[in-house]
Amino acid sequence: MTETTVDNGVNVEALLGARAALQETPEAAKFTWRATNTWVKGTHSKSKVEGFFGLGEEQEAGRSFESDGDHPPQFAADNQGPTPVETVLVALGGCLTAGVAAVAQQRGIQLNSVTATIEGDHDIRGILGADADVRNGFTGVRVNYSIDADASPEDIEALVAQSQKRSAVFDILTNPTAVSVSVS
Amino acid sequence: MTSVPSRRTTVAVIGAGHSGLAVSHRLGAEGIDHVVLERGQVAHSWRTQRWDSLRLLTPGWMNRLPGLGDPLLGPAEADEFLTAAQVASLVAGYADVIAAPVHENVEVHRVSPGPNGYLVETSAGPWSAEHVVLATGSVRGVLPALAAELPPGLPSVHAIDYRRPSQLPPGGVLVVGAAASGVQIAAELQASGRQVTLAVGEHVRVPRRYRGRDIFAWIEEAGILDERWDELDDITRARRLSSFQLVGGTTTLDLNTLQEAGVRVVGKLAGLRDGAALFSGSLANMAALADLKANRLLSGIDQTFGGSGERLEPTRVPEPLLSLSLTSGEIGSVVWATGIKPDHAFLDADVFDRKGAIRHDGGVTDLPGLYVTGLPVLRRRRSTYIDGARDDSADLVAHLSQRLASPTRRTAG
Repeated sequence: MTETTVDNGVNVEALLGARAALQETPEAAKFTWRATNTWVKGTHSKSKVEGFFGLGEEQEAGRSFESDGDHPPQFAADNQGPTPVETVLVALGGCLTAGVAAVAQQRGIQLNSVTATIEGDHDIRGILGADADVRNGFTGVRVNYSIDADASPEDIEALVAQSQKRSAVFDILTNPTAVSVSVS
Repeated sequence: MTSVPSRRTTVAVIGAGHSGLAVSHRLGAEGIDHVVLERGQVAHSWRTQRWDSLRLLTPGWMNRLPGLGDPLLGPAEADEFLTAAQVASLVAGYADVIAAPVHENVEVHRVSPGPNGYLVETSAGPWSAEHVVLATGSVRGVLPALAAELPPGLPSVHAIDYRRPSQLPPGGVLVVGAAASGVQIAAELQASGRQVTLAVGEHVRVPRRYRGRDIFAWIEEAGILDERWDELDDITRARRLSSFQLVGGTTTLDLNTLQEAGVRVVGKLAGLRDGAALFSGSLANMAALADLKANRLLSGIDQTFGGSGERLEPTRVPEPLLSLSLTSGEIGSVVWATGIKPDHAFLDADVFDRKGAIRHDGGVTDLPGLYVTGLPVLRRRRSTYIDGARDDSADLVAHLSQRLASPTRRTAG
């Protein structure tokens, strides 16, 4: 059987076990993700990700990631990092590709290479206040996958479709989310 | 209740639809004393909770009921699709043929474990029953939480209460949900001259006919309808899956044919904000998933039987529309085609899961002597259809008879 030799580096058994366990204990499934953001200068800021809440308690062990956000010189900025909208594309690609790997593992499909190009179309008249009828965010997002795997083209398409169906970031981008911002 | 009711029965079957009557027939054949309690007339939901033009999704040969001879059914291969009124006649005729002990216009208010099994409190007084079989079917319309946020004054109706286009005020209609009821109601409303907007989430696309035969003929012969509940990969998902996008007859009804008729197809209704409906940007993927799944079914048929047929034309995904004002006057009403579910609120017993659905293993609940039937994929995929009542009733009555034969039964309840 191919199932026993497929290794995409995803522990599907652990994920399926977690799914079964969390059906019995839905409270443990409630996570809160967290990032901090600190202004540096101009449009440059630094974000940091460490702990999160999940499985009923704070989770902090050995986790600290930093990233920069800025804008390119075309925005009269210092170019110290990707723009926040590019970071959204990064998040979408990271989420969908993780899903492709997990679904492939579960379906017994060996992946050889997976590459995605993620593009967001953006009319910046919105954020500049130049036209009140133009929205601030993307007018559309396109993702294209190039996948080499031991599977038929239909099976590969199904991987990508299933990954979207189970993707958090895909959902965040395609459906409305209530956002509240406070000052303390 | 302090006293034991004077009326006793071995089995109280609640609901005189096809499922409850099939159980009644099996009990009768075993010589087991029982009553069938019916809130209205036999086949109540077929008389009161279906729209005028509705036909069964399933062809005539799938209307088999135990103890009902072929003459009522027509030839086994007949691709005839009964109307709701014809189904009501069929089920009423069935009740007569099997001489089911139906008590009509008896509303069950409460079922609770009692000294000799169960206490069944009804509008016609109490019964004491050793066993109870819940056969009330899916009689409640499911509304999404955001239904409560519709702009005040915008008329809305659930598919279970929809009858005909003239029932709705003039103007465009937002139909929410694209399973069988949603696509059928959308087609009917569009044909009546209204502009329909159809909100589409996850859906199940199948062609009405494939390689010259009705799709159910293939599904039947491939053995798919007999796949058991305890052998499916994900029974929870199988039971929640929306109905096939089908209409009784020989024509295919899908998002492409609806768009050709002028229906505007949008993503899943994801929110209501400032008087506008917000639709998900996931429509392209929902269509891709449905197309892939439909073509997998057709490929499976070809692999099983040899030969090959045409694959479906991919679903045409229109330019996305993400928001639609519900207060501009363009939309005059909303139809919720968002599913139906059972109503077991009268059951006062610890048999419900976290989400309020009755816990059961193929219709056998945790409480000895309490059974449920007439639910999707109860014991096999066929259970979803009228045709499932035959085998489901045989299995459940076999379980019940075995329990009756056990000497400890009177202390088990």
